[in-house]
Amino acid sequence: MEWFDLTVVTGSLPEFWRGLWMTLHLTGIALIIGFGFAVPLSIARVSKNPWVSAPVRAYTYFFRGTPMLVQLLLVYYGIGQSEWMQQMWEAGNPFWLLFRDAYFCALLAFSLNTCAYQLEMFAGAIRNTPNGEVEAAKAMGMTRSTALRRIILPSALRRALPPFSNEVILMLQGSAIASAVTLVDLTGAARNVYSRHYAPFEAFIFAGLLYLVVTFVLVGLFRVAENRWLAHLQPRRSASDAKKN
Amino acid sequence: MDALIEYSPSLLAGAWVTLQVAILSLMLAVGTGLLGAACKLSRLAPLRWWSALYTTVVRGVPDLVMMLLVFYGGQVLLNQVSDYLEWEMIELNAFAAGVLTIGFIFGAYFTETFRGAFQAVPAGQMEAGRAYGMSGWQTFWRVLFPQMLRYALPGMGNNWLVLLKSTAIVSMIGLSDMTWLADQAGRSTHQPFTFYLAVCVLYLAMTSVSNAVLQRLERRYNVGVREANV
Repeated sequence: MEWFDLTVVTGSLPEFWRGLWMTLHLTGIALIIGFGFAVPLSIARVSKNPWVSAPVRAYTYFFRGTPMLVQLLLVYYGIGQSEWMQQMWEAGNPFWLLFRDAYFCALLAFSLNTCAYQLEMFAGAIRNTPNGEVEAAKAMGMTRSTALRRIILPSALRRALPPFSNEVILMLQGSAIASAVTLVDLTGAARNVYSRHYAPFEAFIFAGLLYLVVTFVLVGLFRVAENRWLAHLQPRRSASDAKKN
Repeated sequence: MDALIEYSPSLLAGAWVTLQVAILSLMLAVGTGLLGAACKLSRLAPLRWWSALYTTVVRGVPDLVMMLLVFYGGQVLLNQVSDYLEWEMIELNAFAAGVLTIGFIFGAYFTETFRGAFQAVPAGQMEAGRAYGMSGWQTFWRVLFPQMLRYALPGMGNNWLVLLKSTAIVSMIGLSDMTWLADQAGRSTHQPFTFYLAVCVLYLAMTSVSNAVLQRLERRYNVGVREANV
């Protein structure tokens, strides 16, 4: 009873690497795009003007209240494969042709999803900014936008680092569903290896280990980042604590 | 729209499957979580190591990969067992595989939630219970557990919302939950957008109802605790 045949893994290593690379850049680019939109939208989210904050709220309500898999299917099969879209393809508009591409659809769905989560955590951090910091900025004669740029955002984004690291790891794990739209990411590679060799343990345990390693590396990097940017918020160590550590 | 009405009984049946998967996995996850928290807080080092390994592995491996491993790997194991015993081939049920995997995964998240909550109950409470002559189990059930629940509720609610949404991946091992049925309906009517949007609305309804219930529960368990008025 041979249940873990290492040659299945070693024989498919290039396939696993290509899958891993796909997972990494899909997740990475989606996180960066999501971040780019999340920062300005988080400012809109905390706005006192309901005409500004309500649409953002509706957006996060939808994307945080539904599974990312369904969002992905909605973009790829729902929009991308609809008859209306096929007419657009025939018209030859290059923009709509993008929706034919599984990679573009996955990137769009993942970015929209992570942006919704990121903007809510940034908005939470902005709301929790100590009032004294805002008052001090005003007392220095800063305008609202200057205070936002120099005081509020740097302070809030730093404090959002721990939940942000969580979101990065969740996106890495969440990107496993990319194989539902024909993309060969790490999970997709594992599924291919499984169906070719009928070797579920080799394929999925090895893929799981690779995900685990990437997660560990990310956790380590974020620990370094928190020591660098959140050092001012760490509890001060007393002499007795220092001895214990 | 006509297509949506035509397929709505099927979609609602799928919603019921989704809810069943979610509720059964929740029960499994809460049980596993209590056990895991007990292990994490145990005096026995091997129990602590196992529970630490459990929560680390679960957080580092995608739920889909684990589900595929349980579903396809479980089938291989079942085949070998039935071969060995000379039984007929048993087919692994996608429903069981889904519930087991999601329950196992969220057991790890509940472990962390419960561990934090147990630690938040002041030690004096436990001591007072013992001083009244209650047994270890009685102090746990009457003193520690109700107070722990108050600290655990926000985390539990959060876990439940994430769990509910992660049930969608059971459609990828062929269980006919609402996502799978929407996929089928979308293919046969050529209106996939309508059906996926309907699934989104159903999920939003479930998460919104859950939110309302959770708020009430939190208020219920916070009776007797003064809120800080800032």
